[in-house]
Amino acid sequence: MEYIAHDASTFAPPAEVGEMELYHPKTFIGKYIWSQDAKVIAIQYAITAIGIGLVALVMSWLMRLQLGFPNSFYFIDPSNYLQFVTLHGMIMVIYLLTALFLGGFGNYLIPLMVGARDMVFPYVNMVSYWVYLFAVLLLIASFFVPGGPTGAGWTLYPPQAILQGTPGATWGIILMLVSLAFFIIGFTMGGLNYVVTVLQARTRGMTLMRMPLTIWGIFMATVLALLAFPALFVSAIMMLFDLLLGTSFFMPAIVSMGQQGEHTGGNPLLFQHLFWFFGHPEVYIVALPAFGIVSDLLSVHARKNIFGYRMMVWAIVAIGGLSFVVWAHHMYVSGMNPYFGFFFATTTLIIAIPTALKVYNWVLTLWHGNIHLTVPMLFAIGFIFAFIHGGLTGLFLGNVTVSVPLSDTMFVVAHFHMVMAVAPIMVVFGAIYHWYPKITGRMLDDGMGKFHFWATFLGTYAIYLPMHYLGFLGVPRRYFDVGGTDFIPASAQSLNVGITIAALIVGAVQVVFLYNLVWSYFKGKPSGGNPWNATTLEWQTPDTPPQHGNFGPTLPVVYRWAYDYSVPGAAQDFIPQNVPAQDVARRSNKT
Amino acid sequence: MNIFQEMMVKPWAADQGKVDDLYAGAASTGLAKKLALRVFLAVVAVLFMLLVTAYGGRMVYEDWRPAPQVNLLWANTLMLILSSVALQWAQYSVRRGQMDSMRVGLLAAGAFTVVFLFGQLLAWRQMGAMVYFQVTNPAIAFFYLITGLHALHLLGGLVAWGRTVTRVWGDFEVAKVRQSVELCAVYWHFLLLVWLVLFGLLFTGNNLDLLLKLCGIR
Repeated sequence: MEYIAHDASTFAPPAEVGEMELYHPKTFIGKYIWSQDAKVIAIQYAITAIGIGLVALVMSWLMRLQLGFPNSFYFIDPSNYLQFVTLHGMIMVIYLLTALFLGGFGNYLIPLMVGARDMVFPYVNMVSYWVYLFAVLLLIASFFVPGGPTGAGWTLYPPQAILQGTPGATWGIILMLVSLAFFIIGFTMGGLNYVVTVLQARTRGMTLMRMPLTIWGIFMATVLALLAFPALFVSAIMMLFDLLLGTSFFMPAIVSMGQQGEHTGGNPLLFQHLFWFFGHPEVYIVALPAFGIVSDLLSVHARKNIFGYRMMVWAIVAIGGLSFVVWAHHMYVSGMNPYFGFFFATTTLIIAIPTALKVYNWVLTLWHGNIHLTVPMLFAIGFIFAFIHGGLTGLFLGNVTVSVPLSDTMFVVAHFHMVMAVAPIMVVFGAIYHWYPKITGRMLDDGMGKFHFWATFLGTYAIYLPMHYLGFLGVPRRYFDVGGTDFIPASAQSLNVGITIAALIVGAVQVVFLYNLVWSYFKGKPSGGNPWNATTLEWQTPDTPPQHGNFGPTLPVVYRWAYDYSVPGAAQDFIPQNVPAQDVARRSNKT
Repeated sequence: MNIFQEMMVKPWAADQGKVDDLYAGAASTGLAKKLALRVFLAVVAVLFMLLVTAYGGRMVYEDWRPAPQVNLLWANTLMLILSSVALQWAQYSVRRGQMDSMRVGLLAAGAFTVVFLFGQLLAWRQMGAMVYFQVTNPAIAFFYLITGLHALHLLGGLVAWGRTVTRVWGDFEVAKVRQSVELCAVYWHFLLLVWLVLFGLLFTGNNLDLLLKLCGIR
């Protein structure tokens, strides 16, 4: 009450906001193809990422078909299988999730949520997308070269990645590495934009601590990506050198098929260190935007301020910092010094503290909230389940003694799918259902959305819960066909059949989602400007969908943090960020 | 207020609201460019730091064979220092409104940089012609990789430099040119620093002891 009514005379007048010069395209091509508008670039990113993601989805089907019904399909041979494993992982982690969260949601939401007209360097932003698209096309091209795409596993460990005998060891791996290098160059252009826009282009009154957590998550993830991708970049270049120029960065002296190879003295472990110095922060590059977005979804749809906002910001920053000192927990079986393992196990367990803190805060946000079980809320709650689940198995695997026997088993596959596939994708879906009305002006169909949620949520559990048991039994990952063993009971195969059927169903259900996206674009219920009664700036634009420049003639001025929901004394259960105290309608005392 | 202090505030509190309302918002594009360059330099710093670490990590193995010395690198280093000095001179001049000496400084910086790059190319050829040259020797491969990446960054800098040079003739907006010159100077100084570290640590003989001491291992 006092909060709403604090002294109005201290508010800054609205007209002093610095303006940026916008590039105004005249033609269709300028507006929608070579566009410099962050919102269009966001949609270009999203469509490309989802498109290539569908390819990876089909690959997971093909893998599961082989695992569920071994050797029943003539189009899956051991080489194909390894190629599916490799590209499924690579596409999902980098070309889908990284690109979608940062290039897609980052581009759409950063300028709108911080009250900017566009990214600070719109031209660079445009180039970023086209370089990304080029990287995706290179990746697709690798399907059509002799030998097909690489089958080295998504971690691309040398020496096997570039030795004859591994599928795609001639052309496929070259295209993969070049594609990664281009992806990183493109991302760096975009990433500079995201960071500078958040730090330098916020509107009047939008201090860092008034930013929604979505922006904090995307911002910190971008910082991580900018600092982590160089490791992948140099390792890709070094491997290309080993392959094309005959250097020996990673390639040791090898006798292969009775022949002494031309390499001498390279260090394969060096690649693992470089790869995971990128690879572990990558987990948080995907997770932090999800953390941020889910915080906002929970708050909006529970009509309650996020519990412990400041703690949430600090947790995001702490997780980001810690993510750079845990990488070798992916390498416990690489023969490293046990003290090394002890150090990395400790840091890994420490990172559980800020992460757990976030989980508690999400749950406490729901506590006594006015929970609306909308589709975005369902997905947000689904995320909490999947994330707790995957996080807990992460504690198992973070400990050396537990990790070693579970290494390279299906338990690991189940763990990381729970934590960085199911959990973030739940957020992606929740976020699309949440922001689709702003992007198109129409609501997504609720019935289809609920069906999509329940089928995906229950379906992914049907896939990954049993997979943990397979891991305990010792079923190895990445095997085309395990064959007969003494330690795996025959019943494991029936679990595999069940998992495959669930995977096929979950994949097919996504068609409903895609249909919903298209159908609602034309036939969906008109949403209005702020269908969820949310406080953040993107919902306060004069037009829906927002026009080029986002906010009409004057930029909004921010007078409060992003979480004024159910404020005591206010007439409505939300107060938008750009409403000054004197304009807040107050509840009459009679009620 | 630094970013960590800013993160200590309570945005929901009424008193803080009064302070936060005074935040003026969007800064000039000039500041944005400056910040963007700094962030980019951080990315480049990580890139070269990883390469130095990888180099050091490989050096500790017993079969390490140091790369042969190329004395030309000393002359090249001098060229790069001169180009940095010239840019500093250009920046000094533009701040004092002496446009002619700014032009001289800019052009000299470009010329020294081009000479440096040719010198590096020559060093590559010299190394390639030595009897010790062996492509599978990691020290030699690292030499080509690291000097190549450094040269690519300078080439990128030359693009920005070229855009600045085309703008300093005839009528021009002094403030914009001044900023471009300042940004170029920062970038060149940074790449000089990177080069001095790379050259000093990696290409002037076997400095394994020094590297390990720096990392706190020995």
